[in-house]
Amino acid sequence: MLARAFITEPIITANPVVRYMLGICSALAVTTSVSTALTMGIALTVVLICSSAVISLIRNHIPNSVRLIIQIIIIASFVIVIDFLVQAFAFDLSKRLSIFVALIVTNCLVLGRAEAFARKNAVWPSVLDGLGNGLGYSLVLVVVGSIRELLGAGSLLGFQVLPLRGDGGWFEPLPVIMLAPSAFFIMGLLVWALRAWQPSQVEEAEFRLQDPQEKII
Amino acid sequence: MDRVSITGIWRWFLALPNDSAAKTLGMAFVVTLTASVFVSISAVTLQPVLRENLAREQQIQMQHMLQSLVGMSDKLNAENLEELVVRLVDLQQGTFSDQYDPALFNQRVAARDLELSVALPLEADIAGIRRRSNYAPVFFLPANNGPPLIILPVHGAGYQSMIYAFLAIEPTTDTIAGLTIYEQSETPGLGAKILDPDWKSLWRGKKIFDERRNIRIAVVRGQAQGPHEVDGISGATRTGNGVANMIRFWLGDLGFGPFLQNLKSGELEL
Repeated sequence: MLARAFITEPIITANPVVRYMLGICSALAVTTSVSTALTMGIALTVVLICSSAVISLIRNHIPNSVRLIIQIIIIASFVIVIDFLVQAFAFDLSKRLSIFVALIVTNCLVLGRAEAFARKNAVWPSVLDGLGNGLGYSLVLVVVGSIRELLGAGSLLGFQVLPLRGDGGWFEPLPVIMLAPSAFFIMGLLVWALRAWQPSQVEEAEFRLQDPQEKII
Repeated sequence: MDRVSITGIWRWFLALPNDSAAKTLGMAFVVTLTASVFVSISAVTLQPVLRENLAREQQIQMQHMLQSLVGMSDKLNAENLEELVVRLVDLQQGTFSDQYDPALFNQRVAARDLELSVALPLEADIAGIRRRSNYAPVFFLPANNGPPLIILPVHGAGYQSMIYAFLAIEPTTDTIAGLTIYEQSETPGLGAKILDPDWKSLWRGKKIFDERRNIRIAVVRGQAQGPHEVDGISGATRTGNGVANMIRFWLGDLGFGPFLQNLKSGELEL
């Protein structure tokens, strides 16, 4: 596999969020604005790259019985440090992200990549895989965040794009977009659009659908 | 005999079969130790920056709080905000205290400090705050003619969040001059209506006590009657009650009651 494919593949065709439905919880929670989505995306990408690198580095010496514990310890330490860094250098954003940076520990996407890739592959491919998946996650977050911020507040990255009615403009913000269920709907539409465009992403049915003509005996 | 060296032990350890007990315990130990050293080092190095951020945050909050006072009473506007005097009050004694710098005193931090706060008995804790700081900053707006305006910081549990507010009162007439809420996360569209200027203005001019100096101020359902009652918000009874209980608590004996009493009886001079 080409090195480039490790990065490009998880962005569209094998996107961890919209293809494999990993990391949905945080994707719903932090996408009320582009800036929080972006910070969360960067934080997760850094954690993913670092933890993939370390786990892949010691992959031949991880005892199978404590495998998950060791992976989680490594991920958790990186998450704590990243959380400190965000609090130190992006304090205002850290208040809005509140607990979600710390909750990267439990993000199935990170552990998923450690289990599925980093513990079986060399360091450099693991780093690229981490970067690719981090970018794929960030892309979905930013897309959902842009839609929600635009429709829910009429702004993008804090800049007022649509003039609000309250300030003499024409745009009435939709408060429902700011609630978590709307993120679900937007994500669902995104999944639908992506699978309509690339039918290869559609999963095989887990059971055969009943043919209406068929007689049940 | 071979010389035992650290690298030798390390090589022997790495060569152990992965699933042997020694390797399992050893790897768990090594990884945990490395991770904790890594986390500790970054925590210690970043500590000063984090402290600085918190201090700046506190200052901004103070500014924000003072800004929210503008317009809560006819007497308070952007021009005379500068004239506000802040003093620290010992809540139990009801007297002024010079123990701490009033402008920097943080009630929320103090309420978590066992020596700077008291635990409230359940039946007296109508505001739902559990612990109360022993000191509180109080703001005065000196008036050229007539009594000064007193602004008290208050907080109490609403329906789903802690509500932080300022209560302005005219001590000589025991009248509420205004209420301004600067922090809450009640239900948007229902409880969060306590932020509506219309609702806040209902408090203006309400009497706190009855003739026997019992606290009578309350939020009621339906039509408010008399000088002690304020209209509730429909669909947000518990938020309204929360605000009322908060005010009743802070004006009561465990709140600013002793201080206001001393002020009224003339034992305390501003």
